[in-house]
Amino acid sequence: MDALLLQILNGLDKGSAYALIALGLTLIFGTLGVVNFAHGALFMIGAFCAVTLQKILSLSSTTLDPTKTDFLGNPAKIETPYVESWFGPEIGAALIDWSVPLGILFAIPIMISIGFIMERGLIKHFYKRPHADQILVTFGLAIVLQEVIKHFYGANPIPTPAPDAFRGSFDFGSMLGFDPNVIIYPYWRLVYFFFSVLIIGGVFAFLQFTTFGMVVRAGMADRETVGLLGINIDKRFTIMFGIAAAVAGLAGVMYTPINSPNYHMGMDFLVLSFVVVVVGGMGSLPGAVLAGFMLGILESFASMNQIKAIFPGIDQIIIYLVAILILLTRPRGLMGRKGVMED
Amino acid sequence: MLGLENKDTKFLLVVVALTLCTPIILQPFPEGSSLAQFNAGYPDLMQRFAIFGIFAIGFNILFGLTGYLSFGHAAFLGVGSYSTVWMFKLLSYNVLPGLVLAVITSGIFALFIGYISLRRSGIYFSILTLAFAQMSFNLAYSVLTPITNGETGLQVYTDDPQYLMGEGALTTTHVFGLAMNKSLIVPIGGWEFNFNVGYYFCAIIAILAFYLSLRIFRSPFGLMLRAVKSNQQRMNYTGLNSRPYTLAAFVISGMYAGLAGGLLASMDPLAGAERMQWTASGEVVIMTILGGAGTLMGPVLGAGFIKYFENIFSKINDNVLHGWFSFLPDGIEDFFINIVNPFFGEGWHLTLGLLFMCVVIFLPGGLMEGGQRILNLLKRKSKDTADDDSAHHPKQSPHVAE
Repeated sequence: MDALLLQILNGLDKGSAYALIALGLTLIFGTLGVVNFAHGALFMIGAFCAVTLQKILSLSSTTLDPTKTDFLGNPAKIETPYVESWFGPEIGAALIDWSVPLGILFAIPIMISIGFIMERGLIKHFYKRPHADQILVTFGLAIVLQEVIKHFYGANPIPTPAPDAFRGSFDFGSMLGFDPNVIIYPYWRLVYFFFSVLIIGGVFAFLQFTTFGMVVRAGMADRETVGLLGINIDKRFTIMFGIAAAVAGLAGVMYTPINSPNYHMGMDFLVLSFVVVVVGGMGSLPGAVLAGFMLGILESFASMNQIKAIFPGIDQIIIYLVAILILLTRPRGLMGRKGVMED
Repeated sequence: MLGLENKDTKFLLVVVALTLCTPIILQPFPEGSSLAQFNAGYPDLMQRFAIFGIFAIGFNILFGLTGYLSFGHAAFLGVGSYSTVWMFKLLSYNVLPGLVLAVITSGIFALFIGYISLRRSGIYFSILTLAFAQMSFNLAYSVLTPITNGETGLQVYTDDPQYLMGEGALTTTHVFGLAMNKSLIVPIGGWEFNFNVGYYFCAIIAILAFYLSLRIFRSPFGLMLRAVKSNQQRMNYTGLNSRPYTLAAFVISGMYAGLAGGLLASMDPLAGAERMQWTASGEVVIMTILGGAGTLMGPVLGAGFIKYFENIFSKINDNVLHGWFSFLPDGIEDFFINIVNPFFGEGWHLTLGLLFMCVVIFLPGGLMEGGQRILNLLKRKSKDTADDDSAHHPKQSPHVAE
C-alpha cells in the first residue's frame, strides 16, 4: 500500500508537467486548430525565464577588501549583489533565494508577449494550410528557438535551486500514519503539484465562469457562427494563444528546480506531451489533464522493481505502449469530441 | 531504355553522370586556395550525400507519394545499421551480406510497424510512428543492450567469431577484397581529386535506388499512391482498399532506410542508438521538404544541401569570418562578425532552422519549386521581351518603298 502511494506521488510531478504542457497544446489546438510543435520550446523558454531572473538578481558589484587577502596575497574580491546593496542584505538575499517563484511574475508578461508575436507573426498565416505544414513550420521554429537559447546560455544544464525553505524532503508517510522513513517526498515536487493544480483550475475557471471564456468556448464549438454574431473571435483566440504560451512557460519556470534546464529540454518533453494530447483526445481540455496525470503515474508505476522484473524495460516504453493501444482502440482518444480530427 | 520513356532515360543518364563525376564537381577550388574549405569532394562527405540521398528517396516514396508523414523513419535506419554490424561480427567484413540482412530486417520491421500505424492517418499516423520509433530507441538504450551494446554502440571486437574471415582477410569493411576506405588520389594542376571506393559503392547503390524510385513514380502503383494522397476517402468510396498500397509504400521506404543504415555502418562499422532518435527522423523530413516532397530529385538535393552545410558551415569559425571581413575597418569588422557569428560554426542549426521555416512558409514545394519558379520567370521574361517587340512596337511602315 505504501509502495503504491509512493509511486502515485512520484508520478504526480511528471504528470503535472505533462498535464500543463498538454493543456496549453490543447488550448491552441482547440481554439485555433493549429498543431503547435513549438510548444516544447515555449516550456523551455519559460524555464530560461527563471534562469535569466536568477542571473539578473545575482548581478554583483565587485569591491576589493584590503583587510583580507586570498591565497596569492592579493586583496580579496568581495562580490555584493546589487539587490543586496539596494534593499539591504536580508531582503536582497531573500530575493535571490526566491528567484524561481519570482520567475513566475517575470515569465507571465514575457510568455504572453511571445505567444502574441508567434500567433500574429507566424501561426496566423497557417490556418488554411494543411496540418502537415503547421507541424513543419512550428518544428522549424522550435529548432530556431532552441538554438537561440543555446547561443546565449550555452549547452550545459544550468542549476537553479528552489528557495531554501522548500529544499530537501519530508516524511510524507508518517503524516498519513504509515511507518516512518518509507515515503520520503521532496517539498518542491509537492509545491509543483499544487501549483499545477492551481493553474489548471484557473484556466478551467476562466473558461467556465467568465464571459470571455464563454465566448471562447462558443468559438471552439463553432467559430463561424460566433463570427457571424459580430464577435471578433480571432482577437480572443490570439489572447488564448498567449495564455497557452504562458501556461507552458509557467510549467517550465517551476520545473527548473526539479531538473536543471538545458536548451533541448523542450524537445524531450514535446514528444511525450504530444502523446499525452493524443491519448487524451485532440481538442479536449479535461482529456489532456487526465491523460497527463495518468501517463505520469503509469510511468512511475512501470519503474517499480517488481514490475520491471516481470517486463524488463517496460518503464522506458510504457507511455508509448499505452498511446498505441489507446489510439487503436479508441480512435478519438480518451475524451475526444466527436468530429474533431477524426479520420 | 530500361522500361523508361525517352525523357526519363535522359534524366536518369544525367543523374548517373552527375553521380559518377561528383568527386570532380564538388572539388571546384584548387588545394591551398582560400576557397578550398568549400570543397566537398572528400570521401566521408560524399558517402554521406549518397547514403542520405538514398534515405530521403525512400522517405519520399512514402511521404511524397501518399502524403503520410512518418516521424519514425530513423528507427529503420538504426535497425539497418545494427543488422549490418552484426553481420560483420558473425561473418566477415564483407559488406554485402550485411546490406542484404539490413534490407530484410528493416523490411520486416516496417511491415510490423506499418501494419499497425496505417490503421490511422493524418496526425495520428505521425504520432503512432513516432511512438514506435521512440520505443525502439529507448529499448535499444536499455533492455536490448545484449543486441545493441547500449550507450557504447555496437562495434566489432577482436574476439568476435567472424566465421567467414579467412587468413589475412581485410580487417576493414570491403566488397570482395576491395576496401571501402581505399582511395585513388589524382592531382591535376592545383586540384586534387579523390576517387574513393566507398563513395562509388554507395553511388552505384544510390543510382539503383534512384532508378527504382523512378520506376515506382511512373508505375500504376505510383499512380495509386498519388490517388491516396489526393483523396483517400473517394478511393474508399469506389470500393478500393488502399491499405495494401500504402503498406507496400511504407515497407519499401522502410527498406530504403534500412539500406541507408546498412551503408552507414559499412562506411564506419559502428552503430549507435542515437541514430534512431526522433530528431534523426525529423532530419529526413527536413531534407525531403527542403528539396521538394513528391519530386524525384528534390529529396536528394535536400539531403545533399543539408549534409553539405552541416559539414562546411559548421567548420567556419571566428578566424575564417575575420578573414572574410578583413577588408572592413576594425570596428565595423567586429560588428559584422558579431552579427554573422551565431549563424556559423556551432550555430549552423540556427541557419538550418531559419532556412527550413522560410522554405515551408514561402516555397511549400521546396528547392525544386524554387528552381522551377526561377526558370519560369526567366522564360516569361524572354517571352515578354519577344512579345514586346511584336505587340507594343508595331513595325513602322517603311518610309521609302523598298
